Amino acid sequence: MARAITPRRKILTTAAAWTIALIIFFPIYWTILTSFKTEAQAINDPPLFFAFDWTLENYAVVQERSDYMRFLWNSVFIAGGSTLLGILVAVPAAWSMAFVPSRRTKDILLWMLSTKMLPAVGVLYPISLLFVEFNLLDTRGGLILVLMLINLPIIVWMLYTYFKEIPGEILEAARMDGARLREEILYVLTPMAVPGIASTVLLNFILAWNEAFWTLNLTAANSAPLTAFIASYSSPEGLFFAKLSAASTMAIAPILILGWFSQKQLVRGLTFGAVK
Amino acid sequence: MGQIQLKQVTKSFGDVEVIPPLDLTIEDGEFTVFVGPSGCGKSTLLRLIAGLEDISTGAIEIDGKDATSVVPARRGLAMVFQSYALYPHMSVRKNIAFPLRMAKLSQAEIDKRVEGAASVLNLSDYLDRRPGQLSGGQRQRVAIGRAIVREPAAFLFDEPLSNLDAALRVGMRLEISELHERLRTTMIYVTHDQVEAMTMADKIVVLQAGVIEQVGSPLELYRSPRNLFVAGFIGSPKMNFVTGAEAAKHDATTIGIRPEHIDVVESGGEWSGTVGVAEHLGSDTFFHIHNTGLAETLTVRAIGDVSLRHGDEIHLSPRRDEIHRFDADGLRIA
Repeated sequence: MARAITPRRKILTTAAAWTIALIIFFPIYWTILTSFKTEAQAINDPPLFFAFDWTLENYAVVQERSDYMRFLWNSVFIAGGSTLLGILVAVPAAWSMAFVPSRRTKDILLWMLSTKMLPAVGVLYPISLLFVEFNLLDTRGGLILVLMLINLPIIVWMLYTYFKEIPGEILEAARMDGARLREEILYVLTPMAVPGIASTVLLNFILAWNEAFWTLNLTAANSAPLTAFIASYSSPEGLFFAKLSAASTMAIAPILILGWFSQKQLVRGLTFGAVK
Repeated sequence: MGQIQLKQVTKSFGDVEVIPPLDLTIEDGEFTVFVGPSGCGKSTLLRLIAGLEDISTGAIEIDGKDATSVVPARRGLAMVFQSYALYPHMSVRKNIAFPLRMAKLSQAEIDKRVEGAASVLNLSDYLDRRPGQLSGGQRQRVAIGRAIVREPAAFLFDEPLSNLDAALRVGMRLEISELHERLRTTMIYVTHDQVEAMTMADKIVVLQAGVIEQVGSPLELYRSPRNLFVAGFIGSPKMNFVTGAEAAKHDATTIGIRPEHIDVVESGGEWSGTVGVAEHLGSDTFFHIHNTGLAETLTVRAIGDVSLRHGDEIHLSPRRDEIHRFDADGLRIA
């Protein structure tokens, strides 16, 4: 029997959903709002919601003081590069785990995931030393490598669950039709997994974009992405709240827009396999 | 050419031996059917021939050449799967062309062969559709088209009709038989349906628990089953088995008689009983007979629509020369 949906129930559920959504969205809303205030208004008590003088001054100052485009480009390059590299490594890995599993496959998957539980700071020292040794400090290449490695477990897991949904018989058919391994992955598996690969790419792009531990610790001037751009406005002295907010807004805007347009794909990606 | 030879082939999954040492030769151009109950190893055997599973010990030869460690793509065999296994992201044309593309044929040659296969299989109007837009029968035809374009040494069919409804199954059965008549290529066909086996095969291989129980033409198996298992598996409805005193009269532990070899007589007859369920097919009637004092039930086939009802007494006369005799080990007594 279908559950009865009374109008009262509908109103309550809708109200609850909106409340939760607004609470979650509030920090972002407040950041954007603050970015249009003056520094004095930004720390006004009680907080000002609407009655203030809207100004674009913060954006002008931020752009003047630091070159937004250079940070943006670094972010795009690092997030994009690490995601792409991750996919290239993860597709064959997920293929073998999904279609030719061994007795240890489950263990390997869990072990990979367990590395995500290690606090990043625990390996900061060895990784910094390696970066010094190989001259990777403050290079985009080095960051791409590190971000790829830390996100790899998630990429492999996501692809693995997608590949599991593809019937093995279709790959066997390709083998019978004369396809070698490379052709089987390139012409049959990958095109069939495009929706899954797309949501994996999106999610990992966002994760890499927002990553703030390694990007702050391993960069200085040359390869600093938008996370460093924001951090440079967080200062213990002086009044910088409005400018910090402006910088944050500029940093999150691209990913927010990307997420908005791809939300359908993202939701599908995160619930795939769970809901059929 | 497509002669396939299995020499002392075995297959184990871990500690479980699913195929004990097995020898089998499939001649060039032959239509061979592997038949047996589910779990008898017939699909595994087909996958070993295809190369989709590795054999544990023994050797497989295709056209006299050792193919034991040759990858599936290089064995020159084509396979039609139960689930069709079409590429969902490709049009029918691309599906059929895929093996040719893998073989690096010229585009002109690919087009020619795809058009040819499509016209043979009545798929010409559907070439630009995706598999998802086709009916079950059409998908099965695409799968067959994909198999025939590359002119393989042999075709392997893994229960290809079990996903189709009954009417379509009979139609496709005929189409596959006609295809074999036309191409004269070796075909190996796996099914659990003995009717498919009987109607299509040149040679039937009956399997049980990975062991070959009997190999022979459909009529050989029907007329002289080597043991009780084959006797019970081939023929529909199933052969009646009678043990005890009645069997001893024929110097056997068990005697078998097919429902179509027992005559219904007005009176007298060697056996009698009461009619249980009567299945009227129009052309035939199958009676299930109780209280004969022989077996639990006897099944009898009467030609035409015989008007005996539930509970009626019935007199039966088995045809003496159609009685099969089996010894204590279940083996046929000549």
